[in-house]
Amino acid sequence: MRIHSVLLTLIALQAILPVSSALAIDSIEPQRAGPSTPPPRTAVDIEPQPLSMPPLYVQSLAATCANCHGTEGRAVNGATVPGLAGRSADELVAQMKAFRSGERKATIMHQIAKGFSDTQTQLLADYFAAQKR
Amino acid sequence: MDRRLFLQASAALALGTSSINAHAMRGAKVVVIGGGYGGATAAKYIRLMSQQRIEVTLVEPEQSFVSCPLSNLVVGGSRTLADLSRPYTSLTKQHGVTHARDVAVAVDPVARTVKLSGGSVLSYDKLVMSPGIDMNFSSVDGLTEAQQQGKILQAWKAGPETNALRKQLEAMPDGGVYALTIPEAPFRCPPGPYERACQVAFYFKRHKPKSKVLVFDANQDVVSKPALFKKAWADRYPGMVEYHNQHKTVAVSAADGLIKFDVHDSVKADVINALPAMRANKIATQTGLANMANGRWCGVNYQTFESTAAKDIFVIGDAIQVAQLMPKSGHMANNHAKVAAAAIVAQLSGIEPNPQPMLTNTCYSFIDDRNVVHVASVHEYLATERTFKVVQGAGGLSAEPSELEGSYANHWARTIWADMLE
Repeated sequence: MRIHSVLLTLIALQAILPVSSALAIDSIEPQRAGPSTPPPRTAVDIEPQPLSMPPLYVQSLAATCANCHGTEGRAVNGATVPGLAGRSADELVAQMKAFRSGERKATIMHQIAKGFSDTQTQLLADYFAAQKR
Repeated sequence: MDRRLFLQASAALALGTSSINAHAMRGAKVVVIGGGYGGATAAKYIRLMSQQRIEVTLVEPEQSFVSCPLSNLVVGGSRTLADLSRPYTSLTKQHGVTHARDVAVAVDPVARTVKLSGGSVLSYDKLVMSPGIDMNFSSVDGLTEAQQQGKILQAWKAGPETNALRKQLEAMPDGGVYALTIPEAPFRCPPGPYERACQVAFYFKRHKPKSKVLVFDANQDVVSKPALFKKAWADRYPGMVEYHNQHKTVAVSAADGLIKFDVHDSVKADVINALPAMRANKIATQTGLANMANGRWCGVNYQTFESTAAKDIFVIGDAIQVAQLMPKSGHMANNHAKVAAAAIVAQLSGIEPNPQPMLTNTCYSFIDDRNVVHVASVHEYLATERTFKVVQGAGGLSAEPSELEGSYANHWARTIWADMLE
């Protein structure tokens, strides 16, 4: 059992308690490497979402990446597609932006990346940064 | 992060205590019917998302999962079924899922019980129904009998029939005709029939070059990736693959090798691979869940995948009435499963289900043994419309077939199998 996901779930469970929902997203922060200042969010969100998303929702969102990048972002052995777990959130956000802009060429990821808003991308990046490699 | 909350969580973990909702979840029982792309994923993710608090029983008669995606390569001869099989044991050992090797024969949505063919009865708090499809053999005259005799096959669920179809092709003389008939959409795996035409042609090109692949499609056009498939047939299998749209098959005769259409002249073939109309599997229909499209498909609340016909039953995968542009694919079933798993964990722990779930889909198709094309999409739930819609501007197709995508397709398979089972 991995400590990070245990914590996330415990915190998710507290979501029914009158805990300020703003804490939910912050709760991912301590495991995150890199600068503590989040990158500026642009105004190109397709579907703006509240930043106070309970961890269970984030886990559910991140599960849409698992088909190709592995459960909780951990790639299978010998994978040709990289894992996402334990990578810097800033790097993941930058890569997603590069896919979207076309700066980074791809066979498929440029098409998938365009399906996620800047807010969702930030939530995903923070989630994967907090996962054990 | 708020350090106080972090400490609280750590303390809770250390003391083994839990909040009220964790309490509610503990001992809750979920039964999952069907161990395919949908069911296996749901079983694993309910365990994962509930931190192993919810008890999960997977009802699946087979010992191993066999993938439908990639199974056309078994027909084409470049893979074996063993390559596409993975045991369910890791789901049991790593995730604590109970595997009931049996078939669900009846569901009582009021008593919330599932009866198995062996006679045992499982009770549930939430039921995940991921039963897949049934073939409506009676939609094509003569098909029921020909299928029972093993003469006209579908091979639309990976397994013994996949090998049997391969053997029919091997037994066919060079210069023979293979005919594939396709029902009106929706059917399981939209690109599947067209990929199969590629795979049969791939085999013929190398071993029986005088043979023909005839495709008779009840639809207006190739249902998935039309330009890419047509180009592949023209470029790689010229003169071998013939595609005929708007040919609805109404009857087949194994004895004469005859296919009859509603309008066009009949055609003879040595190997007939007839796909009839499809519908939700019997266990779903007899439970009363197939409340859409004249009893063919199961209506769901797309936010959670809970049935619109029965409370506490979640229907996922090919058996559902799909939202706009949502394919009946393994990848999509895997994504349905995760939304349903999160919704079940939310409901059982007393929080609202995710108001804005997302889905992704990728369908890779092999046009020979290593070159691949894809179609991809991203779907978002829109609360105002209570359905999933594709995110505009996202998703798309391959520019052309490539070996690079072939390597990604193989990677996709290994990863999604691990995502379901390991």
